[in-house]
Amino acid sequence: MSDVLTVPRSRRNVEAALLLLAFAVAVGANFVAGLEREEPFNDYFWRQASTLVGMGILVHLILRIRAKYADPVILPIVIALNGIGLAMIHRLDLPRMENPDFVPVAPQQLTWTAVAIVAASVLLIFLRDHRILRRFTYISLIVSAILLLLPLTPLGLEINGARIWINVGFGTFQPGEVAKITLAIFFAGYLSTNRDLILLAGKKLGPLQLPRFKDLAPMIAAWLVSIGVLILQRDLGSSILFFGLFMAMIYVATSRVSWVLIGLAMIGVGAFIALELFSHVALRFDSWLNAFDPEVYNRAPGGSQQVVQGLFGLANGGLAGTGFGQGRPDLVTYANSDMIIAALGEELGMIGVFAIILLYILLVSRGFRAALGTKDGFGKLLACGLSFTIALQCFVVIGGITRLIPLTGLTTPFMSAGGSSLLANWIIVALLLLISETARRPVRTAAPSEPAAVLSASGRGALPRRPKEGSR
Amino acid sequence: MSELTVTLLRYGFLLLVWILVISTVSALRRDLVVGQRNKTGTPTPRQARKHPELVEEPAPSRPQARRLVVTEGPLTGTTLDLAASPILLGRAQEATLVLEDDYASGRHARLFPQGSRWFIEDLGSTNGTYLAGNQLTRALPVDPGVPIRIGKTVIELRP
Repeated sequence: MSDVLTVPRSRRNVEAALLLLAFAVAVGANFVAGLEREEPFNDYFWRQASTLVGMGILVHLILRIRAKYADPVILPIVIALNGIGLAMIHRLDLPRMENPDFVPVAPQQLTWTAVAIVAASVLLIFLRDHRILRRFTYISLIVSAILLLLPLTPLGLEINGARIWINVGFGTFQPGEVAKITLAIFFAGYLSTNRDLILLAGKKLGPLQLPRFKDLAPMIAAWLVSIGVLILQRDLGSSILFFGLFMAMIYVATSRVSWVLIGLAMIGVGAFIALELFSHVALRFDSWLNAFDPEVYNRAPGGSQQVVQGLFGLANGGLAGTGFGQGRPDLVTYANSDMIIAALGEELGMIGVFAIILLYILLVSRGFRAALGTKDGFGKLLACGLSFTIALQCFVVIGGITRLIPLTGLTTPFMSAGGSSLLANWIIVALLLLISETARRPVRTAAPSEPAAVLSASGRGALPRRPKEGSR
Repeated sequence: MSELTVTLLRYGFLLLVWILVISTVSALRRDLVVGQRNKTGTPTPRQARKHPELVEEPAPSRPQARRLVVTEGPLTGTTLDLAASPILLGRAQEATLVLEDDYASGRHARLFPQGSRWFIEDLGSTNGTYLAGNQLTRALPVDPGVPIRIGKTVIELRP
């Protein structure tokens, strides 16, 4: 975890320029998407354009006042992704509009976008420093546990076999999405405090330094959480996400390969057990390996029709795509949530999807950059963990759609229809912006900041002590 | 709407997305420069080989202190690896190096790094801190090998 110097420059004007481009992409996407099936410049078009532009400008202004030195490219990237997602969801609504019972998804998603951006803005205004979150290390563990258990209570809803939603009156909410943030806060707080202990203790076995058994406890806890989510809520995606998050954070904290090997072994054991015990996991694997088998394709639950239709769509799109609004991505089930990348791939082609993937890569790399730049261990770990969740989600979703790995029900950040995912990801963006602001802000006070001392002493009678937390 | 317009809009949108990607990357170009090393005008390794006179002589570096060694007193032989953080010397339990020395104060002195050097500062001790035999009145730089006396304990920095 090395420090990299940054040039102290606020660069809000760069952000403003990029934001204009992002608005052009978002509004342009919405305009092009509706060309075929509805009159241009209708009411909904104006509603969506004004919401996105207004909210984007709002966050930009808040950043100008509260976090002057925050990273300039995060906000434009996220606005562009969110806008493309909204346009695609709206476009997928259009063919179904004739059905009188159909409730369009796009207006709901637009409302959630506004709610999410307001939540992110509130966080930016009231959370001056991400280090305050460190105080809530164990509270966030409890909050994560409650959030993960909520769907199992009578509030919970079971949709398509997975029990990960709760009913909140006006709609459904997926508490697991918020739990990934609280879990990241817990892991960051725990690992930044106990990092030295985990690092120094333990036996050596060849090139590997094995951890002590008691230091393994949090890892076992994380494993149990993932397995619990898999068994009780039957959600493979979230289970991979939580365990991957923990593995990434412990690797960043300790840079020990042995942890990763132990983690992979535990995943292997978990996957084997799940494969043997649960039919839905086995079906997922089967429809991944034998996707083009007619029997598998036509199987009623757990068939491979969804993936294969997505692949047909991608093939139909080719290099440059059919053009927004001119393909048939609506043939795929869940085209607007799980399979939105397949829909975009059909209509924007490989050129468009690669641009979108690059936007994700840039976003994740900015998160890691903020982690490199910030001075405190907690912020480093939190930024790494949060950007890793975005990266892992993209990998699991896009890998599933392209049949690289079995398809699991994770959301594509900022694009998939689903309010809780949008809310959680916008909160992640606010946190990354805050961390990047502490990373890039020039140090005003002359007092040197004291990083946690890493001292080792040898010799008789020496009692080396580290300065206490409170004495800083 | 004519087919031409639709096609233009379709490719125009793809172009727009890529313009966003490329301008984002170019906005980051400056940020990829790490520290001051990549300052323009610095001769590249190749230029340096051809014209050795372009390369500035590096400033003579004094040996960096890496360890703290107790040479006299009850803790003789103790060593402490120096990190980038200050060290508190004294009898108090929260000190980095706890001196078992009756003539030392609870919070006796502080060693801290600044720039490439370590400095010692007396924290208002009863019996004073001596750097190379002179009592400290303010923070002074400590070079490796120079003895620091606290009560009966003498410590030295070693490279």
